[in-house]
Amino acid sequence: MRFSLLLALLGALVAALFAVSLLVGPAGLTPAQSLAALIRGEGLAETLVMREIRLPRALLAVMIGASLGLAGAAMQGYLRNPLAEPGLIGVSGSAALGAVLALHTGLAASFMLGLPLAALAGAAAAVGLILVLAGPGGGSITLILAGIAVSAMAGALTSLVLNLSPNPFAASEIIFWMMGSLADRSMVHVWLALPLMVVGWALLASLGRGLDALTLGEDAAATMGISLVRLRLVLVAGVACVVGAGTAVAGAIGFVGLVVPHILRPVVGAQPSKLLAASTLGGAAMVLAADIAVRLILPERDLKLGVLTAIVGAPLFLHLIYRTRREGL
Amino acid sequence: MTNAPLLSLRDFSVARGPCDVLRDVSLGISAGECVGLIGPNGAGKTTLMRAALGLMPARGQSSLAALDRLARARTVAWMPQQREIAWPVSVETLIALGRNPHRAPGHAQSAEDRAAINAAITRMGLEGFRTRAANQLSGGEQARVLIARALAQETPLLMADEPTAGLDPANQITLMELFATQAADGHAVLTSLHDLGLAARHCTRLLVLHRGRLVADGPPEAVLTPDLLAEVFQISAHFAQSPQGPVFQPLGVIR
Repeated sequence: MRFSLLLALLGALVAALFAVSLLVGPAGLTPAQSLAALIRGEGLAETLVMREIRLPRALLAVMIGASLGLAGAAMQGYLRNPLAEPGLIGVSGSAALGAVLALHTGLAASFMLGLPLAALAGAAAAVGLILVLAGPGGGSITLILAGIAVSAMAGALTSLVLNLSPNPFAASEIIFWMMGSLADRSMVHVWLALPLMVVGWALLASLGRGLDALTLGEDAAATMGISLVRLRLVLVAGVACVVGAGTAVAGAIGFVGLVVPHILRPVVGAQPSKLLAASTLGGAAMVLAADIAVRLILPERDLKLGVLTAIVGAPLFLHLIYRTRREGL
Repeated sequence: MTNAPLLSLRDFSVARGPCDVLRDVSLGISAGECVGLIGPNGAGKTTLMRAALGLMPARGQSSLAALDRLARARTVAWMPQQREIAWPVSVETLIALGRNPHRAPGHAQSAEDRAAINAAITRMGLEGFRTRAANQLSGGEQARVLIARALAQETPLLMADEPTAGLDPANQITLMELFATQAADGHAVLTSLHDLGLAARHCTRLLVLHRGRLVADGPPEAVLTPDLLAEVFQISAHFAQSPQGPVFQPLGVIR
């Protein structure tokens, strides 16, 4: 039962990083103070810091990391390509466009949930567009093409909004938001994202058997009792729920969905269904660790989470490519 | 074993764009038959099999396409021409995929599942390969693994698209003997082939497709006539019954 041991180890890692995430911050609380404030509500300011700042931040790190890891594993399994990632179907780009429009039009400033709701609207529009473009079949090629088209369109429109931004401050606000961060999020953000993410997790977790069968190709999978049409629909809906919700509350956080499944694949014997569970925990651990790191490395400069995951993720990915090449795969 | 056909096609046509690539095919395949589907490139062999399985839209009736997904997966195992193994999963894991149609989602392998997997592994001589990464084996070994997956599915009908392509002579003959044994054991096999020698020696019946139509259907010695070979394949050939069984050797192209 090496797989259950792996899951237990990853679970313990996530729990440990979650605890560290709760204990690290500029308020300078001791661990004892922090826990007392969090659990028993001792001290007004401390309780506020723990329950309104650190707890939502740690929870969002787990939720978003798990979402990206799971969605990445599902996308790679479906496309049978280790270079696939959750952003491929254009949902994250479109959610970002929605958020950028909210920033540009002032909707984001006018009420608290203006930005995340606009981002979710962007994600929903992207899903509709992708499903129409990809057509009624179950093939993966049309899905990739539709995703690329939607991504490119969303990217172009985001650039247009930046281009038309009235002043440098508006532009820099947009740029900083797009880098992705978990700073200054509240429990409201948690409650906004959680229901969608739970739905998305359930959808994606149900794909294991179909993804395993796809190891043999689409035709073989279809004759082994798998409905490719349903599989693709569930995949798109699941990825859209988790990535749309994640982008809405934290901006675009790259490389997690690409690197985590790649790291864990050899450990689970490459079986797509097992990779789903492992990658979920691995993604949560990576985003928790990265979010702790941005608070420790340059606490006064507000280093963005998405920047750090890309800076760490890209070289890690290069190393993995090198290793894969050396093994002659 | 009842003698109702495991696969029956009636007035079966497949259109691609404005023209039919398969037209008015009717046939039935029953238990005990090892059927070779032959025809030149582009005759419609792959189309016939994929459409019969319900993998592409068609007109007319196919008994397989009419089944629901699970019932079909318990009736027929399909080996596509492309030997695709996307991930370095272990040989045993890959072969176990054949048990999917028999296993409820979320359930562990039953004793029956394990018995079927082990039988397929033994049958294909893969005992020493169980834990090897399937996509890192040689082409011939991969072919054996994929056949083992199809055997583990334990279906009455096995359909394969050019399964001998890219295999060495020993592997080709072993595979065809396996198909013949399966048929003799009460299963049915439908396989497309380009090697008419293998088809003549190992199949109980041949179907000849030519420009989307079924132009001949019968035992090899009745089908592989000089006229048909000239008309359909544009070749001449030597075909004789020898003490070692039927011998078929293409000789030249008729221009």
